[in-house]
Amino acid sequence: MKRTITRLLMAPSVIVLLLWMIIPLSMTIYFSTIHYNLLYPGSTRFVGWLNYDFFITDPAFLTAIGNTTLLVGSVLIITVVLGVALSALIDKPFFGRGIVRVLLISPFFVMPTVNALVWKNMMMNPVYGIFAWIWQSLGLTPIDWLSTYPLFSIIVMVSWQWLPFAILVFVTALQSQDHEQKEAAQMDGATSWHIFRYLTIPHLSRPITVVVMIEAIFLLSVFAQIYVSTNGGPGYSSTNLAYMIYNQALLQFNVGTASAGGLIAVVLANIVAFFLIRAVGKNLTV
Amino acid sequence: MTLTQQKKLKTVLIGSLAWIIALVLFFPIFWMFLTSFKTEAQAIAFPPELFFKPTLENFAIVQERSDYLYHAMNSVVISFGATIIALIIAIPAAYSMAFFPGKRTKDILLWMLSTKMLPSVGVLVPIYLLGRDYGLLDTRTGLIIIFTLMNLPIIVWMLFSYFKDLPKEILEAARMDGATPWTEVTKVVMPLSVGGIISTGLLSIILCWNEAFWSINLTATNAAPLTAMIASYSSPEGLFWAKLSAASTLACAPIIIFGWFCQKQLVQGLTFGAVK
Amino acid sequence: MSYLTINRLQKHYDNYHALRGINLSIEEGEFIVFVGPSGCGKSTLLRTIAGLETSSSGKINLDGQEISELAPAKRDLAMVFQSYALYPHMTVKENLSFALRLAKAPQTEIDEKVRIASTSLQLDTLLERKPKELSGGQRQRVAIGRAIVRQPKVFLFDEPLSNLDAALRVQMRLELARLHKQLGTTMIYVTHDQVEAMTLADRVVILNAGQIEQVGTPLELYRQPKSRFVAEFIGTPKMNLIPIDQIDNQGDRLALSVGGGKTSFPVSRLQEDINTNSTLGIRPEHLALVDSDGDLSGHVELIEHLGSEAYAHVRLSNQQRIIVKAAARSRIKDEQQVHINIDTDEIILLNDSDRVISMIAEETVYD
Repeated sequence: MKRTITRLLMAPSVIVLLLWMIIPLSMTIYFSTIHYNLLYPGSTRFVGWLNYDFFITDPAFLTAIGNTTLLVGSVLIITVVLGVALSALIDKPFFGRGIVRVLLISPFFVMPTVNALVWKNMMMNPVYGIFAWIWQSLGLTPIDWLSTYPLFSIIVMVSWQWLPFAILVFVTALQSQDHEQKEAAQMDGATSWHIFRYLTIPHLSRPITVVVMIEAIFLLSVFAQIYVSTNGGPGYSSTNLAYMIYNQALLQFNVGTASAGGLIAVVLANIVAFFLIRAVGKNLTV
Repeated sequence: MTLTQQKKLKTVLIGSLAWIIALVLFFPIFWMFLTSFKTEAQAIAFPPELFFKPTLENFAIVQERSDYLYHAMNSVVISFGATIIALIIAIPAAYSMAFFPGKRTKDILLWMLSTKMLPSVGVLVPIYLLGRDYGLLDTRTGLIIIFTLMNLPIIVWMLFSYFKDLPKEILEAARMDGATPWTEVTKVVMPLSVGGIISTGLLSIILCWNEAFWSINLTATNAAPLTAMIASYSSPEGLFWAKLSAASTLACAPIIIFGWFCQKQLVQGLTFGAVK
Repeated sequence: MSYLTINRLQKHYDNYHALRGINLSIEEGEFIVFVGPSGCGKSTLLRTIAGLETSSSGKINLDGQEISELAPAKRDLAMVFQSYALYPHMTVKENLSFALRLAKAPQTEIDEKVRIASTSLQLDTLLERKPKELSGGQRQRVAIGRAIVRQPKVFLFDEPLSNLDAALRVQMRLELARLHKQLGTTMIYVTHDQVEAMTLADRVVILNAGQIEQVGTPLELYRQPKSRFVAEFIGTPKMNLIPIDQIDNQGDRLALSVGGGKTSFPVSRLQEDINTNSTLGIRPEHLALVDSDGDLSGHVELIEHLGSEAYAHVRLSNQQRIIVKAAARSRIKDEQQVHINIDTDEIILLNDSDRVISMIAEETVYD
């Protein structure tokens, strides 16, 4: 009786999520094995591994994989390192700490499309942008960031968005650090650096894992910033996997190949997810 | 220097450093806000102008050119719609998992989380085709469905941790007092978790409001929320920075302010309670 | 048949046997206290009576009705929780009346009952407040009031005073005693504090590892514990337990060599034989410091002054440590050599399986 009711209460959530997972995924698997182009609707024949072959041997593929790794890796390093440093900086009270915190986390709430537009135009524009002005003031030649360092520019935008998330998590985590432990260390003659290195960093190890895993999931599918600012270019120099699949599917209408790419992305994400789920599951008490 | 003076100096140094960094990181948002009150000529003035006579003209033009209010309405309807539906589906599930956990409860929760890991791009094609076949492309309904499903795992998870934290003895007291399962939920559980449900809702609204991938790919003009409308400013005519800034400010301001209020819930929601 | 009877009650968790066959009869109007170390099953037993836990087997009868399978609310019991478990979103008045409103009692009756309960607990000025605006003691009284308005057959208390500070705890203990006198309702009270158990209870139930160790009035437990567990559990400081080294039967008297000294008592008091595996138990308050010629001797390692009394921690000549109660203004110093007399009327003997050997009180023997 009780069993039935609890199951009934869970049923809607479980069923819709099951459908959400199974239907599109099985369609993707099916599409990835047929020749299917929206421009030629008539022909849908089975081609086996051809789509995968086509996607993987596409010269853009290796670049996209490389770009994805570089993007995810750099943003993770930047946000975790700066995040830990900044949250430690604002851990102790000082004048206006509340406002500083609000300022620091605000970029996280800026929608990715706006983020990209503001950086692309008002910050990084080689003629009128703020950077151009700073460079000129320093007597340097302004740089056209988006065409000279396209991937780097994307990394800056994405880091700007995700650094606040890291700060938010680390600040919360630091609040739970044992105060008496720090005082005990002070009595033992530890300097601020010792306390940071030997007490704070170990205390943050779990939040760091969580930040890395969650960001990884979102960073693997960064899309809007690229779509808005560089369109993956010049060439393929700022194309990541997500953008490449989008390119295949909705710009070249090649459903088969896009699906094959989609599945590759799913597999990659699952490798990351596997570790995340394990990390979260370990910390979960039901 | 005495110890007290040293300490004071340290606080001042740390405080100043923190302020400088915070202002630098906030600068793009501040600049966007400022530019939205400039004329186009002022916006691209070089060197950049910090002091000028503000104008509200850009906001009027943005409204006229891209029908800001219409897209804002889309954002509101879609974010709130998806959030409310997701809450309705998620509350019973979270309740039953928190108060009547079984052997499989943990597995179900982790499985739900794992659906969140499925990269959107991997299922873009089928969703696009399904949307096309059922006439849901470029409709509010279509996006509401997608956003509901997208956020459902996080919502279930957050509610689960809120319910889980309710003191068990209060529910037992209610049971001793003769509460039926129904009165227990309506008179005790719900009133006690209003705060949790609201902050879960806020998080979901923020996530929906800022979602870009599906909005851009599944909508054109009719159902485009603000994220998609703003994306259209990336085309060359979007080089009118003052108008771009006005549109961006209008699109972001509500949610930034929203976000300030629920920072803490955001951490708990996004880290699935692993960081408190 | 008694008012509340518990029959062969068992409770298994997945891999833990919490209650191992509990049999207990409680009379109407009794104040029963369950006491025992943490994990002994006292809370589980209370919660099983309340219906918050289901029993694995066994029966519970209340007032001639079998209640083991009834829902908690149908058992006609009220419970006061350790954390008080007040509804934080309701006022004091709403908290008090919640059960009656759920039962759809008429408004006049609700008002009347709330009025009576709040007056007797001095809550009448607080009725419109929310729990978070109350002090710890006031919350405690609301929790009790919530139980009173229901006029249950039995009150259940789950360590209700453990969240209060020491002074308030004493005061609330007196109020509970007064309340029991006034209402005359059966009460079952769980605590780990033996002072609460001794002062409140008509009868105390001592639990250990899911079983009842002994049931009796506070004085019975103090004077006639049945086992080493009860002997050690009741009384502060703990009873001294001294191994018996040698037994010397001197005709009508039995001389025991213990702790490097000797004591003796009439053989006729013993109900069964003892041997050198037995242990002698004697409470600190039944030992006396004497100037010379004591039963035992040793040197003081530490003396603790509590104001109204003092306790001397003594190392006996055979190196065993014992505690002796001393006069409040005792002049004894650390490291001083002392002699100790044993009040043989109060000794307890434990056999090798830790059961207490029955003894007839000395005065009975001389009669």
